[in-house]
Amino acid sequence: MLSITQPKKFEKVLGFLKRDQKVFLVGCGTCTTIQHTGGKTEVLAMKAKLEESGKQVTGWMVIPTACDPLVEDAVLEKAAEINASDAILAMPCSFGVQTVALYTKKPVYPALNTMFIGKEQSPGKFNEVCMQCGGCIIANTAAICPIVRCAKSLFNGPCGGSVGGKCEVDPNTPCGWQQIIDRLTEQGRLDQLEEIMKLKDWNHSLWGGPRQITLEY
Amino acid sequence: MKAGTNLEKVLAGGHFTVTAEAGPPKGTSPKVLQRKGETLRACCDAVNVTDNQTAIVRMSSLAGCTLLKQQGVEPVMQMVTRDRNRIALQSDVLGAVALGIGNILCLTGDHMRFGNHPTARGVFDMDSIQLVRVLKTMRDEKKFISGDDISGDVPLFIGAAENPFADPFEYRVLRLAKKVAAGADFIQTQAVFDVEKFQRWMKMVVDRGLDKQVHILAGVIPIKAAGMAKYMQTSVPGVSVPQGIVSRMEAAGKENAKEEGVKIALEIIEQLRNTPGVHGVHIMAVGWEDIVPEVVGKAGLLPRPVID
Repeated sequence: MLSITQPKKFEKVLGFLKRDQKVFLVGCGTCTTIQHTGGKTEVLAMKAKLEESGKQVTGWMVIPTACDPLVEDAVLEKAAEINASDAILAMPCSFGVQTVALYTKKPVYPALNTMFIGKEQSPGKFNEVCMQCGGCIIANTAAICPIVRCAKSLFNGPCGGSVGGKCEVDPNTPCGWQQIIDRLTEQGRLDQLEEIMKLKDWNHSLWGGPRQITLEY
Repeated sequence: MKAGTNLEKVLAGGHFTVTAEAGPPKGTSPKVLQRKGETLRACCDAVNVTDNQTAIVRMSSLAGCTLLKQQGVEPVMQMVTRDRNRIALQSDVLGAVALGIGNILCLTGDHMRFGNHPTARGVFDMDSIQLVRVLKTMRDEKKFISGDDISGDVPLFIGAAENPFADPFEYRVLRLAKKVAAGADFIQTQAVFDVEKFQRWMKMVVDRGLDKQVHILAGVIPIKAAGMAKYMQTSVPGVSVPQGIVSRMEAAGKENAKEEGVKIALEIIEQLRNTPGVHGVHIMAVGWEDIVPEVVGKAGLLPRPVID
């Protein structure tokens, strides 16, 4: 899986930097390098664009994995160039942006939108299959998550807009419930869907408040 | 009687029932719905007030139903799960009952992307089938789904929708069965243009005995213009308009379009009356409520029964 990112429009990024003349750039060597959104090439391209727009780039670095506590050491290593800047423009996914922000007093802005945790369908093609609700229900739905794969998160779908196996919201999106029904039919277990799914406990998801966990190894 | 509403009584009396839809305004004037109420009063047994249909913000269904109730027209409150969570939905049910509203139609709702606020967050705390069950729990157990008691009775006549024209076709009857199991008392279907397909679906419904457990009203949309027919055929998910109907509307030309549209609606209603298991029609004359009295009259469905 990969943290899937897309570049923000450059005007938006310039908007973040309206109070900042000197910028330090940070990229990431993992997900955003693979996707060509925040690796070395993109960092250098951003440097050129910022300089063309009249900003001064005090320095740059590509942190191998920007969501790692080792970011603290990386930031220390570049202390001089970071201190010389007014702000940091960060090009990892938002996990990396927020990690960098932990270890500096400078403002840190995201150059990318973090879209979803992507599963690779075929080389270069990623889709969203899980939203980490904390209470997995896919035992009931042939290992396909209706919360994510159905546009309306139906628990007892499909809705009345499912036509030809496609979702009413986007003709390129398969109807998640059609997929669930197909797979259960293949398994001879369509009768599983006769049971009405209980109301979701959202308390273990985002809506229960910020989540954290300590693992004991 | 579960709620003793006029809709429930007319259906229980075995009459071929007529309901229609009244769309609230994108504004604050009560007059819009009051006028629609007057138009539909004598030709319908109950009138649905839609809930931000197509995800376009309009006056709320609860307010709209209250206006109809005040003028003596029986409402059906539509509730979608797209915009409100279980707290707000149960709260609105209490309010509806307090205001004398007894018929509630449970829907998931059109996705936000279709409407005028496509960037809004969707709620979808539950879906329509779960909402049906919530209402049944409130009515029959007098409890919220949290388990707390509700003070006072919750007389509800619970409705749901089904679309025989969506896919997968074979599963649509199983989904209807789920809605019945959840507690649906009546069903209003998506608009029927392809009568043959609808009758195939109804046969499966009757074979399972579902028509004995729930009242089914078949949806009818009178077509106003050829452009409308074409639009529904190509751009409204889940609405199936056979080419034959589109061609008839195109052939009628501008001057005869409305007349042809009424003719088509009457032919469909006649066939629906002869379809086993169909207990009535639900006329969704969106933006053309004025035509409903004529359609109901010419279909031989006037006067509507008066039941005490």
